[in-house]
Amino acid sequence: MSEKVLQMNNIMKIYPNGVVAVEDVTFELEKGEIHALLGENGAGKSTLMKVLFGIESPEQGKIILNGTETTIKSPQDAIKKGIGMVHQHFMLVPSLTVAENIVLGTEPKKSGMFIDMEKAVELSQQIAEKYNFDVDVREKVEELPVGIKQKVEILKALYRGADILILDEPTAVLTPQETDELFIQLKKLREAGHTIIFISHKLDEIKEICDRATIMRNGKSKGTHLVKDISTTQMSRLMVGRDVVLTFDKKPLDLKETVLKVRNLCVAGSTGVKRVNNLSFDLKAGEIFGIAGVEGNGQGHLVEVLTGLSKKYMGEISVFGMEAKKHSIKEIRELGMAHIPEDRMTLGCAKNMNIMDNMFSNQYDNPEYSGKVMLKSKKIEKRVNELIKEYLVKCKSYKQNVGMLSGGNIQKVVVAREFSTNPKIIIANQPTRGIDVGAAAFIRQRIIEFREAGSAIILISADLNEILELSDRLAVIYKGQFAGVFNDVKNVTEGELGEYMLGIKKDDKLEGIIYEQ
Amino acid sequence: MIFEAIISPEFFNATLRATTPILFAALASAVASKSGITNMALEGIMLFSALFGVIFSAAFQSAWMGLLVTMIIGGFIGFFLAFFVLRLKTDQILAAIAINLIANGATILILLAVSGDRGVSSSIQSLQIPRVAIPVIENIPFLGRVISNQNILTYISLIMVVVVHMFLYKTPLGLRIRAVGENKDAAESVGISSKKVQYISLIISGVLASIGGFFLSGGYLTYFTTGMSAGRGFIALAAASMGGNTPIGAFLVSILFGAAQALANILQLGSWPYELIQMLPYFTTLLGLGIYSYIRMKKRQRLTGK
Ligand SMILES: Nc1ncnc2c1ncn2[C@@H]1O[C@H](COP(=O)(O)OP(=O)(O)OP(=O)(O)O)[C@@H](O)[C@H]1O
Ligand SMILES: [Mg+2]
Repeated sequence: MSEKVLQMNNIMKIYPNGVVAVEDVTFELEKGEIHALLGENGAGKSTLMKVLFGIESPEQGKIILNGTETTIKSPQDAIKKGIGMVHQHFMLVPSLTVAENIVLGTEPKKSGMFIDMEKAVELSQQIAEKYNFDVDVREKVEELPVGIKQKVEILKALYRGADILILDEPTAVLTPQETDELFIQLKKLREAGHTIIFISHKLDEIKEICDRATIMRNGKSKGTHLVKDISTTQMSRLMVGRDVVLTFDKKPLDLKETVLKVRNLCVAGSTGVKRVNNLSFDLKAGEIFGIAGVEGNGQGHLVEVLTGLSKKYMGEISVFGMEAKKHSIKEIRELGMAHIPEDRMTLGCAKNMNIMDNMFSNQYDNPEYSGKVMLKSKKIEKRVNELIKEYLVKCKSYKQNVGMLSGGNIQKVVVAREFSTNPKIIIANQPTRGIDVGAAAFIRQRIIEFREAGSAIILISADLNEILELSDRLAVIYKGQFAGVFNDVKNVTEGELGEYMLGIKKDDKLEGIIYEQ
Repeated sequence: MIFEAIISPEFFNATLRATTPILFAALASAVASKSGITNMALEGIMLFSALFGVIFSAAFQSAWMGLLVTMIIGGFIGFFLAFFVLRLKTDQILAAIAINLIANGATILILLAVSGDRGVSSSIQSLQIPRVAIPVIENIPFLGRVISNQNILTYISLIMVVVVHMFLYKTPLGLRIRAVGENKDAAESVGISSKKVQYISLIISGVLASIGGFFLSGGYLTYFTTGMSAGRGFIALAAASMGGNTPIGAFLVSILFGAAQALANILQLGSWPYELIQMLPYFTTLLGLGIYSYIRMKKRQRLTGK
């Protein structure tokens, strides 16, 4: 080891709006290592990587690649120099097939001017097989679950011959099983001589797979450490600058009235296959109902119909006794439902609008903030500033466009908006995805507070720790059906959950999933 | 009498003829839209092209040379629009409106300067792309009279449907255009310059629209009159959008609008008020857009249950 493939010396990046995102950071990569980059939301991790990938040009600093100083002018240039990047948010064209997405920009040609589609499929398949990625390259990307999309992103980079692979929070969207699978693949890549930069907020993952770790705080580097020499507590202290409390106090369960009743729910996917198959459950005020499961087992479709985004279902969904089908999203929201969507970029926010507009998009007709004709802007401003403070959104001011925030801070904006209306039912789909340890702890704390205040919460999470820690009752979803229910969550182990999640075990009685007939 | 006229081969023949300029412009619109930009300047480009076609075919005493120069100018206007939108970050609709307004005024001015007339170009000795009879097809009953003996540009427009389709769906550039139009960031992340792709798309769009404009004064009619594009650029925009911005879709809707135009031409000979009949193509467009939106709404509702 110890052959330096990359040195980034004294890098400084100031965004046009004056934000100093990276300040005097030095970062080195040794050949064939998996190098973790960690830090709080907004610490500058993505920015540093964008500098390396030629998306942002640094104000200051040197990049030395394989011993020679270079400048990286554009992503194209970076790709040519053997650098590949999987971005924090998907960079895929939904209506194109996997193969088309993989070859985009370097399409194989036939008879001089046409794309050789067969060749493209063949090449994509080859690369998928070589690295053991189980992906159907003929499928359209829009029909794939997030886990597979992530694989497509990695394949895209590998196809372009990346020696250095930047993975910006690749596991944020993955389930433990998918993460394990990815790790096996990353290890293989490491053996094959690829060098990997791995960004994640999950410290256990870093412990598991990384060789060294560079920690960033507030745009500055807090040093590089050998992962085996540093504990997760030390890591989080370096990141946050203080100790993070990772356990919560939960008051005893105090169940109140049933707020959501679902019976024999079936939802068909775009291909006509039943994605949700005959689900029944109840949700009572005062409880947190966890739904665990490998991504793509019907969670997305379930959430869509529960929140009123889609009305295409059979069976019964009654929200406070009202059939969801008969009411618009707005009416359902007015009943007190809040929804933290799985993908913050598509459903969660309007990227080109500012923080205030995004935080307020669910309240523009609330009489408290909206006059007869005009919005009460002073009041709104005050409230938004409060929310920004409360949720620790790292930004210059509420006028900043949401698209300019770091990934984790965008998630905070979404969560702040959804929680700000004092919801009675919260459907939280991966609420702490991509959020740093400190902020994630804060959001979990808020969820518990809502429970205590008598709200009902459905928590869908790929983070088994989170789901085991917060849930009062827990169901595992597998192929659109509940495979098991646990009423005593304290005595469930991750291993046990895993068996149900993978369909190895199945419980047909499902006792306790509904409270009354 | 009207009914008889409508089922006659002459009517279908006239429909194809009237479709030609709309079709070129609709293809132009489809290419631009696929790259993520609405080319609302089609109208202005067509109007300019109708005039320049007359001027340059006369100057070179060759219709084909006239067409070539017109296409170059059309491409240039497309480039000009792209420059404003992509480089100077002007709003695409405002930039297009500006081009359309300039076209209105400038064509009159140029016509006046060149021919001394402010309405018609009849004093200019312009040339037209000829009509051709197609040997075998010509003899097929009915169909022969519909398809044969059309202007060469009409045939070219039909071929262009296939060409543009192949271009968008089978070539690397076409794939990139669609990628840029759908997710610019994704395209840029693999090293595609979205600006370059959009420049190229608008230039292609400009060239296609200019052929449609040329046809107005160098095939459909034999002279230029002021304002002769008569909203065809906008109709084409509607046609392309209703056709899902695919070449085939744009073609099918364009034929519908072409038929409305042809019908208006026939009805003019009858006793109805001229002004009312002249509204027919535009009315069809409005009606078409209405029905289209309604169907789309229904489809959305169906997809989301209910
Ligand atoms: N395009 C931009 N314009 C202005 N400021 C930006 C832009 N992108 C990021 N920033 C700011 O730069 C800082 C660093 O952001 P960056 O995305 O690098 O954080 P990060 O470490 O990746 O965080 P996360 O874990 O949340 O993804 C943040 O304060 C963010 O608001
Ligand atoms: Mg980031």
